[in-house]
Formats: sequence, structure tokens, C-alpha cells
Amino acid sequence: MSDESTDQTRRQLLAITTGLGLAGTAVASIPFVLSMQPSARARALGAPVEVDISKLEAGQRLVFEWRGKPVWIVNRTKKMLDTLPGMAGKLVDPNSDASEQPSYAQNEWRSIKPDILVLVGICTHLGCSPLAKFVEGAASGLGRDWPGGFFCPCHGSFFDLAGRVYKDVPAPTNLVVPPHAYVSDTRIIVGLSPDEVEKNKNA
Amino acid sequence: MQKLIAWIDARIPLIEVWDEHLAKYYAPKNFNFWYYFGSLAILVLVIQILTGIFLTMHYKPDSKLAFASVEYIMRDVPWGWLIRYMHATGASLFFVVIYLHMFRALLYGSHRPPRELLWLIGMVIYVALMAEAFTGYLLPWGNMSFWGAQVIVSLFDAVPWVGPPVAEWIRGDFVISDATLNRFFSFHVIAVPLALVGLVYLHIVALHKVGSNNPDGIEIKRHKDKNGVPLDGIPFHPYYSVKDMVAVALFMMVFAAIMFFAPEMGGWFLEHDNFVPANPLQTPPEIKPLWYFTPYYSILRANTVNFFYIPAKLWGVFFMGLSLAMFFFLPWLDRSPVKSIRYRGWMYKTALTIFAISFVILGYLGTRPPAGIYKALAQICTILYFAFFFLMPWYTKYDKTKPEPDRVT
Repeated sequence: MSDESTDQTRRQLLAITTGLGLAGTAVASIPFVLSMQPSARARALGAPVEVDISKLEAGQRLVFEWRGKPVWIVNRTKKMLDTLPGMAGKLVDPNSDASEQPSYAQNEWRSIKPDILVLVGICTHLGCSPLAKFVEGAASGLGRDWPGGFFCPCHGSFFDLAGRVYKDVPAPTNLVVPPHAYVSDTRIIVGLSPDEVEKNKNA
Repeated sequence: MQKLIAWIDARIPLIEVWDEHLAKYYAPKNFNFWYYFGSLAILVLVIQILTGIFLTMHYKPDSKLAFASVEYIMRDVPWGWLIRYMHATGASLFFVVIYLHMFRALLYGSHRPPRELLWLIGMVIYVALMAEAFTGYLLPWGNMSFWGAQVIVSLFDAVPWVGPPVAEWIRGDFVISDATLNRFFSFHVIAVPLALVGLVYLHIVALHKVGSNNPDGIEIKRHKDKNGVPLDGIPFHPYYSVKDMVAVALFMMVFAAIMFFAPEMGGWFLEHDNFVPANPLQTPPEIKPLWYFTPYYSILRANTVNFFYIPAKLWGVFFMGLSLAMFFFLPWLDRSPVKSIRYRGWMYKTALTIFAISFVILGYLGTRPPAGIYKALAQICTILYFAFFFLMPWYTKYDKTKPEPDRVT
């Protein structure tokens, strides 16, 4: 055996068959890997959700589920809105340039109507749901100069009353504003933009 | 009987395997307390597999039924409470035993040549064990299960570009959902346990190839008698098999005491927030993983500064991954001429003490809210944790060592 010279043609054949075998195994793994993606049913469940806000009093928050995530609608009081302009110095992204929101909600209130704020209630850090801390001052448990906002208990991120993130906390960006539109004065649909709602009406 | 054994031995290498791994596997004669934890880890693995088989008979991996099926096991299944508490206590004690087993390696240099591969296989076992614990923790579908999984899977989201699709692929949905629960069940009861058993087999094969280390950190194979048996070695069976039985008896007493009198361990082994069913709209007021993950969780949270154009969130994930990865490099970071702490100088002794204390403090801080003094302390301990690894090539090289003995003491 050892004194025979190596048959290079057989070596090549061996290398080619091994290579093809490995490639075949890799291709055969594709269906298994892809089977772990969200199923057609999971994708279909992302339908828009319509909610009635006629009973939402000023200073209150409504929580409901959209695509398995909590969505908040906050009816902000005049006093709450007045805190927003003075926050800029404490925030990472006061103009929401690096944050996720529809263009029609990229303004100083991050909403279509100034008082009605719609947010996805998921912290942009690691996905906890922050707590509503609307009470200002020492009674909030977050210090005497707390102006009201949201606090994520998991890793200690603070957000103001427009969902904008504070400096020096782990969350990188502002809370997400989902696409939403007014179907009537008191009904909001989450998951569609105003343009899409218009299109649906005309269709 | 003799004929039966001869019949079997002609068809399967029964006596050869028995001799190689038990009756003629020569282990150093100077094993101490720290050498109990390897065999205890195997014991706990067996307990977990056995109790797991019986829990699977009654558990339902469905987001609508899971929480209730666990309560059903606790209340209606005969002896179900015992089997579940055994499984839960076993999970925590598995990590107690493994952490002590790993610390033994750091004490006596069991990760040093020629045992690098043994150490690496052991580290892969540790990572697989973490995956096993993490997937298992989602199954009761309590509120802490749900949000714990949400936070850990979201870690992948922090990685640019590939992160979000990977997180979606792991969850099988846009959030933690029924799909996630179902696949975590699959990982927990078949994929990871199968891998664990295979890895433990490799770990033992690798150990028996190179031979066990000992508290003196010297090789007993250097001095053999004329039959090739190490002079300082004694057969594993019956000497250590019998000695380990004492440890097993003591360990089972502790195990039973916890299982019967403190199965929740005041919220350390079974968390209070997990007695509430999963609620996707409400995060528990204080979210924390179980105690055996908290040191890494502390390191994750300690990163709060955006630095070098990279957000704090990504730094946290990076350092958490690195804190685990550092263990893999240990055999090559250590430059000391001696293995055992008995013959090392003050530098390694101090470094190891500081490391162990920081690890415990990080573990404690991981269960506390990250604010004020706790946050600063976690940051200091994170630095000390990494200093142990990064400075190791220097302090082990310049450390003044004592001469090793020729034979075990």
C-alpha cells in the first residue's frame, strides 16, 4: 500500500464527492432552518386594530394589544404637554431624528393631535414594557424633579411624556410610535397610516 | 454467571471498558473535597433527565394550557409536586455543583496543558447547560418566564443588521408567543439534553485519556511501577466510587431538605413573579433572571455609556458575550510554570480571590434594581472581572512560585 504512488485522479474524485456531499447536506438543511421563521398564521395576525377613545379621560392611559405587543394611547393634559419643550437638554434625541415613528408623528408632541399620544409600549433597550409614571415630583418615587413620563424597571431607562429617551440610560432610542390614523374623532386605528385609511375609504 | 459474562464479552468489549474507565483507571490518591463535584454533576444530570421524562407526561407546551398544566402537575397528578420540585431544585443545584467544579479547575490548574481540550469541552457543556436552563425557564409560562425570554431574545436585536431577523427566527414570531414556547419545549426536552449527554461522554473520554489532575497540579504518570501503573494512582473503582457515595449521600440530604422544606428558596429557585401567568401587556415590576445567570446580567446592565459610536446597548451585549468567552481562552492566558494554587505566589491567589468575590457580588447585584450605588458597584466589579482575564498573562508570568514536589503530597 505505502509503496504505491498516490492516484491523483482518485484523490480528485474523492475531494469532489466529499464537496458535493457537504453542499447537498447544506442545501438539505435549508427547509429545516426556514421552518423556524414566523409562520403564515403568525404573519396574518399582524392585522390593524381599531379602538374607541371616547371614554379616555385627560391624564389617562389605554393599553391594548397589537401584533402581540402592548400599545398605549395616552390622553395628555395641558400641563403634561407643557413639560415637553423644556426637556430637550435631558434627552438623547429630542427631535426624534434617529427614532422610529411615522413622518406625520415626527413633531414636538410625537402625535397627530397634540394631546393624544400613541406608542408601542416596548422599551427600545431589551423589550420590557415600561411603567407609566405620570405623577410628578417625589411622590413618583423617582426623585423630586421628575416631570412625569415612563420608567422601564428592567434596566432603568427613563422616557418623557412623548416617549423620548433620557441621556445616560441603556435604551438607545425613543419609544416607537406605530402607524396609526383617526377613523373618526374618537376612533383610532393602529397599524394603518392616514393615507392608507383614505385609500380604503375610496376603494 | 462467568459463562454469561464471557458470552457477552466475546460480543461487546464489556471487561475492557470496565477496566479502562473504572477498575483500572488510576486516579491520583490525593483527591480532596473539591473533587466530588464532577460525579455529583453526573448525578444531577440523571435526576434532571428522569424527572423531566415524567414531567413531560403531564405538561402541555401550549401558551393557553402551559401555566395551568404546571399547576395541574402540582395539585392533581399523584406525586406530581414532588417530581416538579425535584426538577426545579435540581436545576439550581446543577449550577451550584458546576460552579464549584469550575472553581476547582481554577484552584488546581485543571485547565492547563495537557487538559485544554477537556476544559473546552467542559465549557461547551456549561454553555449548553445555560441554554437548557433558559429554554426550561420559559415552559411554566409565568410572567417572569415570558419577560425573561423577551429580554434575552431581544439581546440579538442589538446586533446590527443580522440581529433582528435572527431574533425573529429564534422566536418564530414578532414577539414571544405560542410558537416560541413550542420550540423551546423541543430544545429543552430533546435537542439540548441529547447534546449534553454526548458532550458529557466526550468530557469523560477526554479526562480518561489525559488522566485526572490533582490538588498538587503535578502529573502522576511521570512515576510508574514496572506494570505501567502510576505510583501515586489508585483504581477509581472501588476507591473513588465508594468515596463518592459518601458525597452522594450528603448531597442528597441537602437536596431533600431544600425540596421538602424550601422548594422556592425564598424566591431564589422559583421566583414569586412566576406564579402569575404570562401577561404580554405587563412587565413584572422588577425583572431578573434566576440566580445562576445574574453575574452576566449585571455585566450586561453595567454598560450605560455610548462610546466610540457604538450604543451602550450593543456594548452591554458584547461584554456579556465576552465575559463568557473569556473562560475559553483561560488555558492560554495562564503563563505560570506551576498549576496548583498551593505552589503559586501571592499575585494569582489575590487575583483569584478578587475574581471570585466580584463574581458573587455581580450575581447579587443582578437581582437588585440597577440604580445609584448598585450601578456603580456593578461597573467596578465588571472591570475587576475582566482584569482577572486580561492581566493574567502578566501576573501569572511574574508571580513568584514555589517549587512543585516530585510526588503528590
